[in-house]
Order: sequence, then structure tokens, then C-alpha cells
Amino acid sequence: MTDEPLLRVSALSKFYGSRVGCENVSFDLWPGEVLAVVGESGSGKTTLLNCLSTRLLPSSGTASYRMRDGQWRELYRMSEAERRFLMRTDWGFVHQNPADGLRMTVSAGANVGERLMAVGDRHYGRIRATAVDWLSRVEIDEDRIDDEPRAFSGGMRQRLQIARNLVTGPRLVFMDEPTGGLDVSVQARLLDLLRGLVTDLGLAAIVVTHDLAVARLLSQRMMVMKDGRVVESGLTDRVLDDPRAPYTQLLVSSILQV
Amino acid sequence: MPTPLVVSDVAKSFTMHLRDGVTLPVVAGVSFSIRAGECAVLGGPSGAGKSSILKMLYGNYAVDEGQIIVQHEGGLIDLGSASPRTVLAVRRSTIGYVSQFLRTVPRVSALDVVAGPLVERGENREGAREKARSLLAQLNLPEKLWALPPATFSGGEQQRVNIARGFITEHPILQLDEPTASLDAKNRDVVVDLIAAKKAAGVALLGIFHDQDVREAVADRVIDVTAFAAGRIAA
Ligand SMILES: Nc1ncnc2c1ncn2[C@@H]1O[C@H](COP(=O)(O)OP(=O)(O)OP(=O)(O)O)[C@@H](O)[C@H]1O
Ligand SMILES: Nc1ncnc2c1ncn2[C@@H]1O[C@H](COP(=O)(O)OP(=O)(O)OP(=O)(O)O)[C@@H](O)[C@H]1O
Ligand SMILES: [Mg+2]
Ligand SMILES: [Mg+2]
Repeated sequence: MTDEPLLRVSALSKFYGSRVGCENVSFDLWPGEVLAVVGESGSGKTTLLNCLSTRLLPSSGTASYRMRDGQWRELYRMSEAERRFLMRTDWGFVHQNPADGLRMTVSAGANVGERLMAVGDRHYGRIRATAVDWLSRVEIDEDRIDDEPRAFSGGMRQRLQIARNLVTGPRLVFMDEPTGGLDVSVQARLLDLLRGLVTDLGLAAIVVTHDLAVARLLSQRMMVMKDGRVVESGLTDRVLDDPRAPYTQLLVSSILQV
Repeated sequence: MPTPLVVSDVAKSFTMHLRDGVTLPVVAGVSFSIRAGECAVLGGPSGAGKSSILKMLYGNYAVDEGQIIVQHEGGLIDLGSASPRTVLAVRRSTIGYVSQFLRTVPRVSALDVVAGPLVERGENREGAREKARSLLAQLNLPEKLWALPPATFSGGEQQRVNIARGFITEHPILQLDEPTASLDAKNRDVVVDLIAAKKAAGVALLGIFHDQDVREAVADRVIDVTAFAAGRIAA
């Protein structure tokens, strides 16, 4: 265990003109920690995630990231090329819609292999073997390796997207509603898989979800957002079992059991 | 005797924002300590706040006032004000907890549910499974169930998985919230034996037991929770 966080976020705000995206968000994330961000539609979860993953630049505030060499870097001061490199090597981003995170017209194997090539692997046999291994880890049969994701079900596509993101051994993964568009039974299976992978790989992750059961199962810490602000945060089971903010109480009471 | 857990002047109330912000005081002035090798039992009628106290002592409920001092990895920590990360570390290595019901995790076998806390602490998986097998056998859980996820088990079977999971580690503090409630007499006796073994190993235990026989068999002392009744202090 390291005694330094991986990511430090301080007073992050993003405004769209006069509209608040997210406002004054601060937290630290440690290696191996999964943070769930929950809240109703429009509360700023995606805005925050996109700012953190530098897909969007905030209006104010800072976020620093500890690189593999131990150096702290301020994300919004990096060059575009440096940020792209980080996203390719050290980070993963799992979109709600797999079509946003996959290349739909190349094979499943290539979707996974491409990421390895992006980090410099050029050995075809090894790339293919790693791709096969990762497909099996996300429970996709080896004989589907040459199929395009277009031919896959929603759940399979999402599992493929996860494999594509994890194959390079990232340290931090961003997920926006990873189980969002799926049937309940498919969701459960995906959630199990994610839980297993996150624990086995010791990943740090920030998971946006409106589903408190997902937060309970995947995360150790939780942040509740409303109107762009964090209204409550803490240990996931504490927030869910002893919610203190009025909005969190409403959120928890409006579901049957988590 | 070392005292790994000291509770002083702890208070807890719930403010119900969905009901016009009415405040329900539960306990106040909660003060006691638990020594290594003893089993203290929280006593008092339903609704007195026994489970709430236990949950605060595990970081599951927030604390309004007071301190919960835990000996953790050579230092002292106030659980009431500790960061989430510290609470998790305390749970990993210092305080174990057996809840009243198992929270099932889909697709994980009973054996791995039980072995989980050891694996989390860095023990190798096979060694952890070996200990899990021996505990499940001791608790008379049929061997044919070990490889199955507990979601479909009976209440008593799930509870035995839960107990095995709680007892498998060597945490210096162990909390038990009615671990025997859904068990038959034979398995209640096994739990009594397991508790005795923990005491002998110097573990500090704090529990809630509605079952009179079990309580008499394990309790060194009863902490009367009604002494900490918060009364109807205006919000
Ligand atoms: N590109 C944009 N331009 C203007 N306003 C935006 C833009 N993107 C988001 N917003 C606004 O910012 C606020 C936060 O939106 P965001 O997408 O972060 O919410 P969310 O919590 O992810 O919601 P959902 O659960 O529906 O995905 C909303 O009021 C939204 O309308
Ligand atoms: N999360 C919560 N939110 C609101 N009120 C709560 C919560 N947890 C407990 N309470 C209330 O606190 C009081 C004490 O409950 P607690 O569960 O601690 O009692 P107990 O002594 O364990 O009772 P029992 O013997 O029935 O299990 C009760 O009035 C209960 O309704
Ligand atoms: Mg969103
Ligand atoms: Mg109780």
C-alpha cells in the first residue's frame, strides 16, 4: 500500500456559460480505491468525470496526478500530447454506450490488440495471445475473436470495451454508467466481472452511476452530487446506511433495498 | 490486560429530513471499554440502540459526539473522526464484524466468501480456502454447498457462512450482531465454542445476543444500553 494518493482534486468547477456543470469538487483518490459518484440526472456526474479524465477542461480548480515515476503533474497544465499519452497508457475510460469506446468495424481481437500497439507492442503473436487471454477474462469465447462488435449483444460489447480498456494495465479507470443500458440480468453479470477485475488488478476507479446497488457492490467510497455540488461523501456503507444530507436520505429511501 | 477498544461519551441521533427534520435521539454518554480476552454483551430492549452502537464501533454509522479509540497497528485511532481510508484499514486488520445477515455477492462461492477477508489481507488463496473449509466443516455446512454462491442458501446456512467469514481472521477485536439468531441448537453450540476459542486467543469481543442461553454461555459482563438512553432532548 502506498501512502500517497494517485489523484488530488481541488475546488474543481465547470460552468457551461451561466449553467453549472459541477462546482467546487475536491477529493483525493488512493491506489486501489474505487470511488462511486452518484446523483440524479443533470447533477454533474458526467461533467466531473470528463473534467477528471481531461476530455473536458474545467473552468477553475486543479487536479494533480502521480505518474508512474512518482512525479506529480497538474493535469490541466499538461500539453495535449502528454494528456493523450496518459489516456492511452495509464488510464482507461469505459463509456456507457460501448459504441463510443469501441471501433465497431474492426474485429474484437483488433479492438483489444490496438491498445497494446498504441503502447508500443509490435509482436503479432504476443498481441494476439494477450487479446485471447483478455477476451476469456471478460467471458467472450475465443472463436468470436475475429467478429466485429457490431455482431455482439449489448452485454458482450460492454465486456469487450472493458477488455480493451484494461489490457494495457492502467492504474486508473473512469467509468460512466458502465451497466447503464443493459438488462438487469446482464447487468448483474457485468457487475460481478467488474468487481472481480477491479479487486484482482488493484485498480483505482471512479465510477459514475445512478444505481446505488452498483455503488454498494463496486466502491469503498462514495460521493453524492446534486445541482453540481457534492452534498455528502464518505465510506460507501456509511453513506448508504446512515445518510445524513436531506438529498441522500431521499435517494436512499426511494429505492427498495441496497 | 490490554484494552484495545475504549468508547467515551459517544452520542448518536438520527435527523429525518424526509419527516420535517425531526430528530430521533438514540444514545448519549456511551462509555465503556473492552479488554483483550473478554466478551462483553450489549443488553437492553428492542430499539434501545444496541445495533446502532455496534455499527458506530465499526464505522458503519456516523458518530455525533465522543470518541471511539481503537488500538490499530501500534497506534491509537478515533474511529468516530477517522477518514474512510483509515476506517477501511481498521476493518482489514483490527476490527472484525459478524452481521445479522449475510450480504450475498453474486457468483462468489461460499468457500471464497469465507476465505475473502484473509485474501484481502494478503494471505495466499489456497491457504485461506483451507481455513475456510475447516470452519465450514466445524459449522456443519454440507460440503456440497461449499462451491455454490450462498444467494440461494437457507437463512441458517447463509448465517453459518457469515459466521465463518467473521471468525476466519485473527482480528484483535470482534463484533457480533446476533450471530446465532437463525441457527439451530447444535450450531449455536458451535458458535459458543468459537467464541470461547477467540477469548482464549486474547480477542476482545463485543456482541448482541438475544438468545438467553448463548448469552449466559459467552458473556463475561453485560453492558446495559438503557443507561445510555438519550431521552427526548429537543432537536
Ligand atoms: N455541453 C453542455 N452544454 C451546456 N450544458 C451542459 C453541457 N453538458 C452538460 N450540461 C449541463 O450540465 C449539467 C450537468 O450535466 P451532466 O451531464 O454532468 O449530468 P449527469 O449527472 O451526468 O446526468 P445524467 O445522469 O443524466 O447523465 C446539466 O444541467 C446539463 O444540462
Ligand atoms: N439508519 C437509521 N436511520 C434512522 N433511524 C435508525 C437507523 N438505525 C436505527 N435507527 C433507530 O434507532 C433506534 C435504535 O435502533 P437499534 O437498531 O440500534 O436498536 P436495537 O437495540 O439494536 O434493537 P433490536 O433489539 O430490535 O435490534 C430505533 O428507534 C431505530 O429505529
Ligand atoms: Mg451523465
Ligand atoms: Mg439490533
